[in-house]
Amino acid sequence: MSALRPLPRWADVVLLPLLNLLLAFVVSGLVVLMIGQNPLVAMQAIVVGAFGNGFNIGYTLYYATNFVFTGLAVAVAAHAGLFNIGGNGQAYIAGLGVATVALALDQTHWLIVAPLAFLAAAFMGGLWAFIPGWLQAKRGSHVVITTIMFNFIASAIMVYMLNRVFKPANIMGPESRTFAEGGRLPKLGEFFGPFQHTPVNLSIFVALVALVAVYVLIWHTKFGYALRTLGFNPTASRYAGISNSKTIMITMTLSGALAGMVALNEVMGVQNRLVLDFVADAGFVGIAVALMGRNHPIGIGLAALLFGALYQGGNELQYVVPGLTREMVVIIQALVILFTGAMEGLFRPGLQRTLMLLSPEQKAEAVARGTVKSES
Amino acid sequence: MEFATVLSLLDATIRLSTPLLLACLAGLYSERSGVFDIGLEGKMLMAAFAAGAVAAVTGSAWAGLLAALIVSIMTASLQGAAAISLKGNQLIAGVAINMLAAGLTTFLGQQWFRQGGRTPQLSADGRFGTVELPFAPQIGQIPVVGPIYQELISGHYILVYVAFLAVPITAYVLYRTRFGLRLRAVGENPKAVDTAGISVNRLRYQAVLITGLLCGFAGAYFSIAQGSGFGNNMTAGKGFIALAALIFAKWKPVPAMFTCLLFGFLDALQIRLQGAELGGIEIPVQAIQALPYVLTVVLLAGFIGKAVGPKAGGVPYTKER
Repeated sequence: MSALRPLPRWADVVLLPLLNLLLAFVVSGLVVLMIGQNPLVAMQAIVVGAFGNGFNIGYTLYYATNFVFTGLAVAVAAHAGLFNIGGNGQAYIAGLGVATVALALDQTHWLIVAPLAFLAAAFMGGLWAFIPGWLQAKRGSHVVITTIMFNFIASAIMVYMLNRVFKPANIMGPESRTFAEGGRLPKLGEFFGPFQHTPVNLSIFVALVALVAVYVLIWHTKFGYALRTLGFNPTASRYAGISNSKTIMITMTLSGALAGMVALNEVMGVQNRLVLDFVADAGFVGIAVALMGRNHPIGIGLAALLFGALYQGGNELQYVVPGLTREMVVIIQALVILFTGAMEGLFRPGLQRTLMLLSPEQKAEAVARGTVKSES
Repeated sequence: MEFATVLSLLDATIRLSTPLLLACLAGLYSERSGVFDIGLEGKMLMAAFAAGAVAAVTGSAWAGLLAALIVSIMTASLQGAAAISLKGNQLIAGVAINMLAAGLTTFLGQQWFRQGGRTPQLSADGRFGTVELPFAPQIGQIPVVGPIYQELISGHYILVYVAFLAVPITAYVLYRTRFGLRLRAVGENPKAVDTAGISVNRLRYQAVLITGLLCGFAGAYFSIAQGSGFGNNMTAGKGFIALAALIFAKWKPVPAMFTCLLFGFLDALQIRLQGAELGGIEIPVQAIQALPYVLTVVLLAGFIGKAVGPKAGGVPYTKER
């Protein structure tokens, strides 16, 4: 078989991810079937649980906010050819910044606290990714391994900080005191009735702005060009006079700062105190979101919404279909990562062949080639 | 510290380093062949669950072990298919395997046993007993050397001996056999291996299957030797410590053993040192817990020696047409 043409853009960006998603759903459906439940009922329960009413949608959007941040974090690094697997640790450490600001200033007003908490989250998250970036740029250590290690180091630090520094004497568990009113981001429910009693808060607007900002940064700035050039071909970018090590360090810092925004949503927006494991593996979901969204902000927004819906729907699932716990969602998520990220080769060649036969002139070409082959 | 305390600390070290060592050697085969494996954790977790579940149902530790090996090898094949045949991103394949294992084991555990994801407590037959080496009681009478033999070397689970036996075997296979030579070559320069008429993908599959096998042993150790039954997320990041150990040992079997012993020792120390003081300052347990990761980062950065992995690691091999 001669070389296949690359897929047209629409197939690469829309069709292939959807096929992979479908496959992930089919395989998860088989798992549900295997334990003797009806996958269609489960599917319906997830959809209703995610979008059934304002309450459900509020929760879906709250989860989606986190996933936009971590998805963007993975995507920004991916455009520079870096795999930032440390979103969890970066978001976790960023919690230190947010909590410090909120605890110090919660007697003032949230309008004062929020911008400072935003900066603190970006700084701490960025710092936790800058170090691996610096080590990769200057010392050549692989950013994947370093960020994995930094996830574990972060959780050790956080356990220590919560137990020894942030825990007031009158609280038993490892957590900080609850912030006063001034240290909390207003929830959307305060302005919009249907979202009442849901955790979705103003940080969702930060997420929306981040989506646009990342788009502008990557495709419409000089730095974005350098970043993408590095991702395409590090040698070429060096010959073009771009400092690869500088680009790596800035990219990783930006990536970590984006992941750090999870802390803004969770600590200042939802928990209103620093708690253990508030990140809840959002960093890993970010990998699925970025893969599914093809590292493009529009795709990431949609994929984050999809995973937000899966998480929220997964929570409701167990009340509708007894026994189907939210681990089902983790399985779906893993399969999405597997199929879209690591098993792309499953559909791509077949799809290329199919599409080739669909377009008339290419079909003629393919037939002609086929005849030549059979004659020779 | 007293002799008995030291002895029990070292005894704990051996127990805690065993799964690390098995997983570390597992990773060694895969990574030496040029396939990065950050899915050690997931394979171990799958194996631990399979062992716990099957041992609980059949009441036999050996059936549990067999199930662990089969499940782990199957998981490794899936990862291999993605990373080798389909030329997917090896790191992402590893992430997916870890996540799949975390979801699937809890989910199926809850479905099948309805104990919040745990498998039922195992009977004595369901888990491996300890092995008394010959003449342990007699030799134990000899001062100093005796207790070392009786306490430290004898009286462990059979998988402990499997793990430490796997070290010389791996060293032999890697450096003294044709397979080992090819394995090392394929991780450094797959094109040369291909030119010599040897299938790169076949070699890599063989390596990945051995990785699966060893992860199976490591997983089984958690649920049917050290513990009696599977619990949620039982491997608790040990797969990543094993990965750190592999890097720390610069992808070599004998240093891998010493690194795993060191990391196991830190773990044992950390359990013992809860609230202990050193020179009037209390040592935070978390500092010792984080030490393996910090050491690995420092080593990887070349501040103490330099760890350079197999050159062709992480890149799927494509024959030129």
